[in-house]
Amino acid sequence: MKRIYVSEKWCLGCHLCEYYCAFANSGSDDMAKALMNRRINPRIQVEERGGISFAVSCRHCEEPLCVKSCITGALSSEGGLITIDKNRCVACHTCVLVCPYGTIMPSDDGMMQKCELCLKNTIGEPACVKYCPNRAIIYEDSDVPAAAR
Amino acid sequence: MKTKQYVIIGNSAAAIGCVEGIRQLDKAGAVTIVSREPHHTYSRPLISYLLGGKTDRQRMRYRDADFYETHGVRPLLGHTALSLDPAQKTVALDDGQVLPYDKLLVATGSVPFVPPMEGLDLVSKKFTFLSLDDADALADAVTADSRVLIVGAGLIGLKCAEGLSGRAGSLTVVDLAPQILPSVLDERAAALVQAHIERQGVRLLLSVSAARFEDGAAHLTDGSTVPFDVLVLAVGVRPNVSPAREAGATAGRGLITDEYMRTNLPDVYAAGDCTESFDITSGERKPLALLPNAYLQGETAGLHMAGGGKPFCTAMPMNAVGFWDLHIVSAGSYTGNAYVQCEEGHYRKLVCRDNLLQGFILIGDVLRAGIYTALIRDRVPLDTIDFELIKDKPGLIAFSRRDRQKKLGVKPA
Ligand SMILES: Cc1cc2nc3c(=O)[nH]c(=O)nc-3n(C[C@H](O)[C@H](O)[C@H](O)COP(=O)(O)OP(=O)(O)OC[C@H]3O[C@@H](n4cnc5c(N)ncnc54)[C@H](O)[C@@H]3O)c2cc1C
Ligand code: SF4
Ligand code: SF4
Repeated sequence: MKRIYVSEKWCLGCHLCEYYCAFANSGSDDMAKALMNRRINPRIQVEERGGISFAVSCRHCEEPLCVKSCITGALSSEGGLITIDKNRCVACHTCVLVCPYGTIMPSDDGMMQKCELCLKNTIGEPACVKYCPNRAIIYEDSDVPAAAR
Repeated sequence: MKTKQYVIIGNSAAAIGCVEGIRQLDKAGAVTIVSREPHHTYSRPLISYLLGGKTDRQRMRYRDADFYETHGVRPLLGHTALSLDPAQKTVALDDGQVLPYDKLLVATGSVPFVPPMEGLDLVSKKFTFLSLDDADALADAVTADSRVLIVGAGLIGLKCAEGLSGRAGSLTVVDLAPQILPSVLDERAAALVQAHIERQGVRLLLSVSAARFEDGAAHLTDGSTVPFDVLVLAVGVRPNVSPAREAGATAGRGLITDEYMRTNLPDVYAAGDCTESFDITSGERKPLALLPNAYLQGETAGLHMAGGGKPFCTAMPMNAVGFWDLHIVSAGSYTGNAYVQCEEGHYRKLVCRDNLLQGFILIGDVLRAGIYTALIRDRVPLDTIDFELIKDKPGLIAFSRRDRQKKLGVKPA
């Protein structure tokens, strides 16, 4: 399965991935309207400290603890893509407690959201990858992606 | 090869985990689920959300409506397994059916624990709160002017209070313990959550218990009397070890298994609330009545029954629960050196011992708590990471560059 890999060597810490993620999942076609004067709530988030930065989003684990632990069945695997049915989520935060990467977070309405590789929105390919200006985020179908070779 | 006959007693998290485990490896075997409850598999924790109008019967299904079909399961719902015969390898049901098995999973869950209390038999409207039928019965009994008394300020009692808060006239919770949620929280955290719950109009009476009941009133050990219309008994739950124990399965407080969830009886497995788990943080064996644990144990059993799989050896207490939008997550055990931060509406306690994170409690800000849980689960030596950096805010930044690369730059496990 194609996955997102990030390379902290190339990450500029510009946070553009966060903005494009929030926009891609906003359902709006006007970036300014969707993001201006709002606290954005992206599914990919940049960690940074002392010159180091890297973006973190769902790893689509082979053994997804979030899916196995979800108390309602809201999380599931569709051929390796880990998706959430927000309608069935009750914000119990069990998935937050078990995700080893800290990548599942509440959405604007409090129910959980997570990276679905932009395969469930109208973009169809990960917006963070597409718009990262320094190619620090790649989308590859490989066990050992180019960045790690 | 002859198709295997799998029989599962139970239809909840552990049972579903088992089906999904079996089907990862064996698409052909015949799987039968036997369940006393007549319902499609549902999320047990959601019964309080159902009372509160926050979910409905469709949405509280634990799996899609066509789950049994798509997973090739024959569901025998509304049937109780009365006994099992490990020599003949059969299970006898209440309607006289006898089911042969090659592999059997016992996933019979919990039963309510109701200690003997004087006068309890005189109370006409009394309920436990463990099943969808319990929730339905309670919904029928409670009206807008009902005074509800809940005995037990643990997770189930307090969740019941939250679920009923829009429906009942008044809510009182009593508990013998001096604090709420004694198995989950320490004293200070409990006080914070207690204040929040009391602000919602729930009356909490602690360090007292009911000495005697009459219909419509509880006489407490401090001499006071609490009148009520509806009584909910939420003192605790116990592993439901029958009928496996009667058939010779070894049980302490719960059924005893190895790390593949095998009991001492050949080809009989057990998973979920009916078992005892080995808690890696305290080194003790104890029942862990938790849904993720039940699923993971069930899946482990299913994989092994189908001829594969790996051992499950990462069990620990783990709770994620919210009361009126205040979120609480906790994991592990709390003996060791504690780092505590406490401010208005927030609480953070991290407990370390022997160079390992052993447990934590977070209230309010619970974001990315799973990073802490993974430190406990993976037994990460704290001197190999920059733990100071993440005491107030969990992050992957605490790991070395090499470990970060392994986490984010290559295919995940
Ligand atoms: C109100 C409430 C809130 C909860 N909240 C949480 C929470 O937030 N997080 C969490 O992790 N856990 C929570 N729990 C606990 C969680 O529900 C259990 O840990 C989980 O359901 C255990 O699953 P299980 O498959 O082991 O058994 P159970 O869910 O107990 O199911 C047992 C199954 O066995 C069947 N059965 C039993 N005996 C027989 C028999 N003799 N013959 C045939 N069938 C039989 C029953 O019909 C049922 O299908 C909560 C529980 C309650 C009651
Ligand atoms: S949310 Fe977390 S646990 Fe679930 S698949 Fe993504 S990274 Fe893995
Ligand atoms: S918060 Fe939602 S998605 Fe996460 S475990 Fe609870 S119900 Fe499932």
